[in-house]
Amino acid sequence: MAVSTTASGGAGRANSPTRAVVLLTGPAYVWLTIAVLLPLLAMFYFSFLTEAPIAGRVGELTLEQYREFLEHGFYTTLILRSLKLGATVAFFCFLLGFPCAYVLAKTIKGRWREALFLLVIIPFWSNALVRVFSWTMVLRGNGLLERSIDFVIPGAGSLGLMFTYPAVVIGLVHSYLPYMILTCYISLQAIDDDLIEAARSLGAKRLTILRRLILPLAMPGIVAGAVLIFVPVIGSFMEPRILGGRHGTFIGTIIEDQFTAVFNWPLGAALSFILLACVLVIFALFAPVLKRAA
Amino acid sequence: MAAAGRIYLGLVLVFLYAPILVMAAMSFNDSQLYALPVKWSLRWYADLAGNQRLIDAGINSIVIAMITTVIAGTLGTAAALAFFRYEFRGKRLLQILLFPPIAIPWLITGTAMLLFFFWTGIGRGLHAMVLGHVALALPYVIIVVAARLKAFDPDLEAAARSLGASPWQVVRYVTLPFLAPGVVAAALFAFAVSFDQFVISYFLAVPGVSTLPVEIYTSIRKGFTPEINAISTIVIVSSMALLIGVTRFYRFGGDR
Repeated sequence: MAVSTTASGGAGRANSPTRAVVLLTGPAYVWLTIAVLLPLLAMFYFSFLTEAPIAGRVGELTLEQYREFLEHGFYTTLILRSLKLGATVAFFCFLLGFPCAYVLAKTIKGRWREALFLLVIIPFWSNALVRVFSWTMVLRGNGLLERSIDFVIPGAGSLGLMFTYPAVVIGLVHSYLPYMILTCYISLQAIDDDLIEAARSLGAKRLTILRRLILPLAMPGIVAGAVLIFVPVIGSFMEPRILGGRHGTFIGTIIEDQFTAVFNWPLGAALSFILLACVLVIFALFAPVLKRAA
Repeated sequence: MAAAGRIYLGLVLVFLYAPILVMAAMSFNDSQLYALPVKWSLRWYADLAGNQRLIDAGINSIVIAMITTVIAGTLGTAAALAFFRYEFRGKRLLQILLFPPIAIPWLITGTAMLLFFFWTGIGRGLHAMVLGHVALALPYVIIVVAARLKAFDPDLEAAARSLGASPWQVVRYVTLPFLAPGVVAAALFAFAVSFDQFVISYFLAVPGVSTLPVEIYTSIRKGFTPEINAISTIVIVSSMALLIGVTRFYRFGGDR
């Protein structure tokens, strides 16, 4: 191992920094390489094969999987459908979450704020599958929602929300709303209250303050929230399956099918990789804003 | 205005918690058809006790989460220490490499793991799930421990050294005691990440060897039964309790 030449080792450190760095970071990064980075590379490789090189079969190099994608409008439609779902969910999360973050950051103080903030954030880190499943109890035919509506307006009939596109949107908004509240909250909190007070004393109307002052300053948080919601949503498959039923076909569920039902791994790999490319483009586009929000 | 804001916040909280509460209530409902009003009963919980598949899956979930906690906690803390103590070439790259497990949709990571593990002979099953879960938990551990380290005064280490402590003694008696709350938070967090993980486990499970979320998903797809409500209620309550444990040592979202 080479002796480190970096000056930052500092005086009095017995071991060479290079050796310490390798010992300390090595295990974690070897693990990440084996469990994440190599699999992603392997997936890229598989996407150029005619068949999966397992169980003694030999796959040959081909561009067929990508041609399949381009030739069938089906896949492009599904990708667009997933992108639309991502945008819809991110939009509703903003609509519901931004006012909530504002109330938390600007009107509630002290211990209450702390407690309410935790109440909002805890579900996000808890079990996502169970939270989606819990909506089936509310949305299903003759479930809680329909009964409540029927109670208020007798004979209103059935909503038939379960197994529809709106059901998928509701479940996903429920899953990711805390994320938007968190990122908006962080950027709203950084806005100096005196600034808002100054605008008010200069005669700015409430709406003007919101539009000209608060929204622009909170923009990094809003964009960060939107991107961090959009990305997992376009790769979702469990939520559409549980809440969407027949109407829950998205690119995510098609990829899942390739791996668990159809066993066309090279096509699945190609579709996964195209989805990953979308994700990377989104991150690249928003990198400057994300960096500012971090 | 302030009152309206509070009411709105209350409505959002209702939106976030109502479905979970409905599910929990139905798990105590004696009626298989979720008839209202609820006739309280523990029969679905009693049924769980006889469901060997779910019990096995539950044991798997806990074992995997414990192994993940120990491995990710150790490796992640070590890496966070290196980032804190040393400036080195490639540090930025190593930090960027923490993002793929967090930022790439798990569907992509999960399917990639499935084909790579299958291809290389690592295979699927519990060991494969541990491989995957540790990789997912590592970035979170490093972030949480690093947040704690930010508040650490390196002069303390320098003082210990100047008093004649060996490098090992400095870490053992100065750095680690300070870090302890961060490490505990990171460990609980790693446990929660693994315990609640569905997507990765789903692709790496083999018939007969799965985790609770995978079993729950399989049962949901076969058709809802009140038994799923019962096990789901247990899962979400333990998961939330764990996270409240994390918040005792770590602040989500920075200063408040």
